[in-house]
Amino acid sequence: MVHQLPELPYAKNALEPHISAETLEYHYGKHHQTYVTNLNNLIKGTEYEELPLEAIIQKSSGGLFNNAAQVWNHTFYWNCLKPNGGGEPTGALAEAIDKKFGSLAAFKEEFTKCAVGTFGSGWGWLVKNADGSVELMSTSNAGTPMTSGKTALLTCDVWEHAYYIDYRNARPKYVEAFWNLVNWDFVATQYA
Amino acid sequence: MPSTLLTPHQNRRQFLTTLLVGSSALAFGGLIGSRPAHAADGPFKLPPLPYADNALEPAISARTIGFHYGKHHQGYVNNLNKLVAGTPLAEQSLEVVIKATATPDQTAIFNNAAQVWNHTFYWNSLKPKGGGKPSGALAETIDKSFGGFEQFKTEFAKAATSQFGSGWAWLVKDGDKLAVVRTGNADTPLVHDQKPLLTVDVWEHAYYLDYQNRRADYVTAVLDTLINWDFAAQNLVS
Repeated sequence: MVHQLPELPYAKNALEPHISAETLEYHYGKHHQTYVTNLNNLIKGTEYEELPLEAIIQKSSGGLFNNAAQVWNHTFYWNCLKPNGGGEPTGALAEAIDKKFGSLAAFKEEFTKCAVGTFGSGWGWLVKNADGSVELMSTSNAGTPMTSGKTALLTCDVWEHAYYIDYRNARPKYVEAFWNLVNWDFVATQYA
Repeated sequence: MPSTLLTPHQNRRQFLTTLLVGSSALAFGGLIGSRPAHAADGPFKLPPLPYADNALEPAISARTIGFHYGKHHQGYVNNLNKLVAGTPLAEQSLEVVIKATATPDQTAIFNNAAQVWNHTFYWNSLKPKGGGKPSGALAETIDKSFGGFEQFKTEFAKAATSQFGSGWAWLVKDGDKLAVVRTGNADTPLVHDQKPLLTVDVWEHAYYLDYQNRRADYVTAVLDTLINWDFAAQNLVS
């Protein structure tokens, strides 16, 4: 089975001014596409060839894991964002966040710390545990919550390629802007 | 010969031994290896860049150097000074700090200290109108270790492009032979009992403004036009 680069759920300039069209040209059009291309090349003629993406991620290691997980992580990231996003979560998700962090403001502060403090390339996550509780997670490089048995709810890509064109070394400014883009409806569907 | 993938905190027993016998002087020891003078903003200083910020153009732009040296390298120096303030580490040389903090419970200090060292070593690994080929004893040792200079270049470029995520590619002296290794994030051959001869930074911030996702083009440009082989030769014999 050939894995495809999923359509970006909005136009490349739709996240401006927080994330530029130029960034998405490279981030989606080059980085994400390259992970898809590498994945397809790596599974050719192997036991992974007919497996769905999640199964490859759970079973593989090394270069194959890196490319498969990066395909998944990036698709998830695009879905976590939307033009005119931000605001507040509602319902059961909001309750779970309040229960863990005390308030949305406290959650945002802790998530920001987690994302900004991820050393090197990686991802900051809000994840759901089997008991319905939520927590923060930082993964390095292609690391992804599903291999720890956790459900991803929200992610912020903190590889430098996610923000270098727009923010240079100022990762905290990128994460601050990220809050204006969060697609809380998508996060809620992952929590449900 | 495959490149070696180093994992952080390997050889801890060995680095402790190294620490006890004292750290070896490196060719640029005068810049950052010696005990730093104290100043209001902390014991560790950003060493001067050994050339003008536009001197590496066109392979690396002044704009990249402005951020890479002026913001990233300076940021690691600032963080390190904050982290060691009021601790015995503030009295130590950078190399001693790196070796003493290569443990899982001191990653913040290690990351910043090693990144200060790695970046200084990187700037010294480059020079305007560099590249070309090494000569003398270094050329002979490269031939002996890799089978030829072209083989070395191929292996080095492969290590630099295949380091997944942030990190560094290195030419090191490992015992009596040379090897190409790659390290992730702030990891450095200093804590793996290897003597660095030269390095290329493959964190995305090293090349993103000039090459975006095209890391391989950056690595080729650096190898062909910027490598300071005199610096590598000094490190071989020092």
